[in-house]
Amino acid sequence: MRIGYFPGCSLLGSSRDFGESVRAVAAALEVELVEIPDWHCCGASSAHALNHLLATALPANLLASAAAAGLDEVVAPCAACYNRLVGAGKAVEEDPALRSQVERVLDRPLGAKVRVINVLEWLDRVKDRIAARVKQPFGRTVACYYGCLLVRPPRTVAFDRAEDPTSMEALVAVAGGKTVQWCFKTECCGAGLSLPRTSSVGRLAGRIVEDASARKAEAIVVACPMCHSNLDLRRGAIDQALGSPHPLPVLFVTQVVGLALGLSPKSLGLGRHFVPVRLEPPAVAAG
Amino acid sequence: MSITQPATGGRLADRLQSHTRVDVSRCYQCGKCSAGCPMAEEMDHPPSRLLRFVQTHEPRHEAALLASRAIWLCLGCETCVSRCPNDVDLPRAIDFFREQALAKGVAHREARAILAFHRAFLGSIERHGRLYELELIARYKLATGRLMQDVALAPSMFAKGKIGLLPHRISGREALARIFERAEAAAQPPEGTAAGPRKEHAS
Repeated sequence: MRIGYFPGCSLLGSSRDFGESVRAVAAALEVELVEIPDWHCCGASSAHALNHLLATALPANLLASAAAAGLDEVVAPCAACYNRLVGAGKAVEEDPALRSQVERVLDRPLGAKVRVINVLEWLDRVKDRIAARVKQPFGRTVACYYGCLLVRPPRTVAFDRAEDPTSMEALVAVAGGKTVQWCFKTECCGAGLSLPRTSSVGRLAGRIVEDASARKAEAIVVACPMCHSNLDLRRGAIDQALGSPHPLPVLFVTQVVGLALGLSPKSLGLGRHFVPVRLEPPAVAAG
Repeated sequence: MSITQPATGGRLADRLQSHTRVDVSRCYQCGKCSAGCPMAEEMDHPPSRLLRFVQTHEPRHEAALLASRAIWLCLGCETCVSRCPNDVDLPRAIDFFREQALAKGVAHREARAILAFHRAFLGSIERHGRLYELELIARYKLATGRLMQDVALAPSMFAKGKIGLLPHRISGREALARIFERAEAAAQPPEGTAAGPRKEHAS
């Protein structure tokens, strides 16, 4: 199996653990990830905030590069990249005037349509392979956290149910884990305010960590680098907002699947987290 | 990085609709956006009131909206538009209000750090193609004067390999720079509009 791959900037830097676990899981499942040649940043929320045309042109250029490389489908593990790529693809498809304006900015035709999928859609597609290769059932109870960009706005991303998605729970079940019912699956973690307004991230991500802890989850599972960094790296601000320490670890969904496949914690980047992860197989008593 | 500088004359509701196709008359003030907004409690005006300010066409309401802190606190989480019974794209409208606030020079002081972050981010992409996190943080700190922010986190970030010392440069940097130039040029308003061409530089 072969699929186009857009890692995005975070997976090379602040979320290297996500990138490492995506690659380790793909290798274990014999999926070849073909990177978009010489890819650049999707523009993220900054292009969106400062220049709407650029915010469409940058992802559209990536889709054109993918099409030129013969890729008709691309997996974008970063939820923000996924959202920008899907949004831009849809915008130029629905608005011929915008399409020609973007083509002028890019100075090249956009080419064939490229389908963009997120990491949950990709894992769902290979779930039979995962099920057949589980060596060490995950066996833990977790809270699946989707955040904003995988499910909103539903008219753009058209993935799962916007208010109560369930696809990550299904994947955790395939990996042999259990999930809790909770209230903060799609509440915002504070997104891009991490640097400009850390206190807001402490408050918003704090509510998420608090509810997951109260429901006796042993970890929060995410599929977005920004959510991970707000919930993990910003735990200091979170504990300050909550008024007490909350040691609940935060795992990428690919790390959960990787552990179930018997991959080493190191190959999955589990040592890079700020909140220590003590869930490695063989299972130890939950602390 | 330049910022779109749309015309600033006439009724705000009309300018909003012509630039973004967001029609505020569709809002019937049900308040669902304010109920679901994760930042509403930190805002000076809740999201539904921002729309109300535009609906009245009153200059004092438009002024209160553009000078508000609220428009700078929007996270773009899209909860409001996902739940809006009448499909009013409030995040898109707020992007436009931010542009207007900057063009009129009435932006709330909250805007400073947020804009510094976005400009440092895009500047990094324009130079290298991919985000150079170390440079982003350095430029953000210089622009805001928040030199000591998160200093305690830095050693762990390096130790855990979460921040690189060197940029990831792509080979197509020149083509990318042209894309930035053309997108900025296209975003400038035609000559003779109320705001006139005005550029703000990132660094």
